[in-house]
Amino acid sequence: MSHDDSHEHHEENFVSKYIFSTDHKVIGIQYALTAMLFLLVGFSLMLLMRWQLAYSGKPVPIIGGILEKMFGADALGGAVTQQLYNSFGAMHGTIMVFLAIVPLAVGAFGNYVVPLQIGAVDMAFPRLNMMSYWVYFVGGVTMLGSFFVKGGAAKSGWTSYAPLSVVDAAGPGQTLWLVGMVFLITSSLLGAVNFLVTIIQLRTKGLTFMRLPFFVWVQFVTAFLLLLAFPPLEAAGFMQLMDRVAGTSFFMPSGLLISGQPHAATGGGSPILWQHLFWFLAHPEVYVLILPALGIVAEIIANNTRKPLWGYRSMVFSLLFLGFMSFIVWAHHMFLTDMGTAISSFFQATTMIISIPSVVIITALIISLWGGSIRFNVPMLFALSFLPMFGIGGLTGLPLALSAADVHLHDTLYVIGHFHYVVAPGTIFAMFAGIYYWFPKVTGRRMSEFMGHLHFWPSLVCMNMIFGPMMIQGIAGVSRRLWDGGLIYEHAAPVLKWNAIMSHAAFGLALAQLPFIINLFWSIKHGKKAADNEWEATTLEWSAAASPPLAHGNFETVPEVHRAAYEYSVPGHERDYLPQNEPE
Amino acid sequence: MSVEIPYITKPRPDTGLTNGKLGVWLFLASEVMLFGAFFSSYAYLRAGNTWDDFAFGRPGIEIAADAHADEHADEHAEHATDDHHGDAHGEATAHGGHEGLSTPLQPSIPMATFNTIVLIASSVTVVLAWASLLLKNFGRFRLYWGITIAFAFVFLVVKYFEYCGKFAHGFYPKTSPLLGLYFLMTFLHVIHVIGGIIVNGYLLGPGSKMWKTDPERFTQRIEVAGLYWHFVDLVWIFLFPILYLLSG
Repeated sequence: MSHDDSHEHHEENFVSKYIFSTDHKVIGIQYALTAMLFLLVGFSLMLLMRWQLAYSGKPVPIIGGILEKMFGADALGGAVTQQLYNSFGAMHGTIMVFLAIVPLAVGAFGNYVVPLQIGAVDMAFPRLNMMSYWVYFVGGVTMLGSFFVKGGAAKSGWTSYAPLSVVDAAGPGQTLWLVGMVFLITSSLLGAVNFLVTIIQLRTKGLTFMRLPFFVWVQFVTAFLLLLAFPPLEAAGFMQLMDRVAGTSFFMPSGLLISGQPHAATGGGSPILWQHLFWFLAHPEVYVLILPALGIVAEIIANNTRKPLWGYRSMVFSLLFLGFMSFIVWAHHMFLTDMGTAISSFFQATTMIISIPSVVIITALIISLWGGSIRFNVPMLFALSFLPMFGIGGLTGLPLALSAADVHLHDTLYVIGHFHYVVAPGTIFAMFAGIYYWFPKVTGRRMSEFMGHLHFWPSLVCMNMIFGPMMIQGIAGVSRRLWDGGLIYEHAAPVLKWNAIMSHAAFGLALAQLPFIINLFWSIKHGKKAADNEWEATTLEWSAAASPPLAHGNFETVPEVHRAAYEYSVPGHERDYLPQNEPE
Repeated sequence: MSVEIPYITKPRPDTGLTNGKLGVWLFLASEVMLFGAFFSSYAYLRAGNTWDDFAFGRPGIEIAADAHADEHADEHAEHATDDHHGDAHGEATAHGGHEGLSTPLQPSIPMATFNTIVLIASSVTVVLAWASLLLKNFGRFRLYWGITIAFAFVFLVVKYFEYCGKFAHGFYPKTSPLLGLYFLMTFLHVIHVIGGIIVNGYLLGPGSKMWKTDPERFTQRIEVAGLYWHFVDLVWIFLFPILYLLSG
């Protein structure tokens, strides 16, 4: 099916090539840049919150004046007030989950890498793909814009629990949050359909399911999670929107009093219903955050140990089981509601069960290291550190899964420490690993190793200094979402000293990102030139040219697959890797 | 460099599917979850509550003083919003919440029955239209496809009168959570019907030019649009018994 080149060069102007492009590689890069920008925004909100936690009520240095200009009375005197703190808290979670990590893990990596890894010319529906990005973009702008409306952005936590979220009448912030979510959900749904069709239909000749790179498998399961878990939140979003603007009371209980006054539009609804609908999405969402990270780490570990992944089949079946189970664990977020012990016991049991496939995957990755002559390059450092960090995050979740222990730990900083270990030094490290790993493919150049080390080591230390002490505070009983970090509570006094330490570690973490940002942009032009198959890898994306041209069509000739994904160090061969597309 | 995306009209041999058909099935799976969430919410709120619960004592809701109040209900409803704002709550409590509303809150079963017939008929014409294309009879296709769209419009007109009937009595989404879900779920379904009209209208009008250039692909599109239309029909088949027949 070799077509003449004129087909792809016709009338490509700047706008159609780089802005409204339908090419999966351009869209992947667009997702990557936008998501990384949101990652930075979400992180900055957290830095301001950490300043407030360490130096309660004191004006933020240097940028305090700018804050006051931007947020007016909510940042009076340049300090982070309670109102601002609440909106930062809600928006940090929202931005990080829905605007940064998922678009980066799925939109960016998935879009760029999946069609290349399966030997496809593009995604199955290129125009739908472009639409996914732009709908996501509009959702992001809506969310950011909500900071600047009257009353500021949403303040009811990223979970938007009713009735608080419904009665918040300070301004349209929460309403905009809901509208923004509808956009983001729509974008994810379009993307999920596209990924599934692409993976099922566009695998090249010889690429059977059991020969798929593990990264493609994780994207496959992730897309199913997005496809089936997101719609209930969309439904819940519509209902909360109705509660806020049309006076319905789907989530508003009878007899609700606010400041001693009966609430006008109250009756018959159920706040717990919102929690069910929200967590029905948001628990699978946790796996949407973590699965792509596992996929990236698996690719990098196989490549840098120069060995096939240990237990590829067990990993795949664990992954499928994990995806299925993730739909029936949601109410472990709700042990402290009135569900009753029977239902709690069910969700406690399923939650314990779901840890089994996660442990199988992590164990397989750790065993994969055994006996390999490991190349310790920067992507591998991030991938290796992912294993213990995700391990800590996962294991600290077990006490939360037990409904009895959860009574003590629920809504404390312990929970925050636990899931941040999974997502920050876990998923985000895997994202960094992926960026360092696939950068040569995207740009044709390598990122600087030295700067990479300068990024990695301080980040690793700072991450642990932030999230470790959080668990100590949490076990001591300090609640999350406290504006003063626990100052007014006597029981928090012995662990308050950690607040300043954690905050300074967070500022250190910010500094540690500078080498990364500089490295990222500097290397595009000045990095060491990379070969097509820079890491001597086996998967198909490396058989395409380095920095493949940004237009439809990825390969000079459509590759054909002859073997499993990770044929490294096959005995009796000259080189220590056998690419999937190399004929026998 | 090869740039063409395969399996747009010809099915992939090992999956037996074209991209579009698989895509629409997956999309419908997510739609099942969307409507499923609403049905679950309805079940959750319906458990232990009747439609009339919580409707009492709301502004605009008229409580029947006696069995013959039905004739006057319309006039009352018009004034109720203004007059009974303050004291409606007390009135409801006085009646103990057992007297029943002067006009039933429940949606109209006759209208819904008629609409059920209309939608099922439209699902038949969709299949006939697609079958006509397989028989290369484009004229027949246009006829059946046109009838399908006409049925969709009939459905919307009936729906309009159904909603107006509710509004005329002062029944709005905020009147009671179950009535709210009735409005929300049926309106979401209406949006799907309108979406279907737009897509099907395009395929009848400008989109049908493809029949001349690529009949196979056009037939494929009709099949995919037909699958969607069957789904819209199917959702209604669930809405009808749950929201209408069981609304007592």
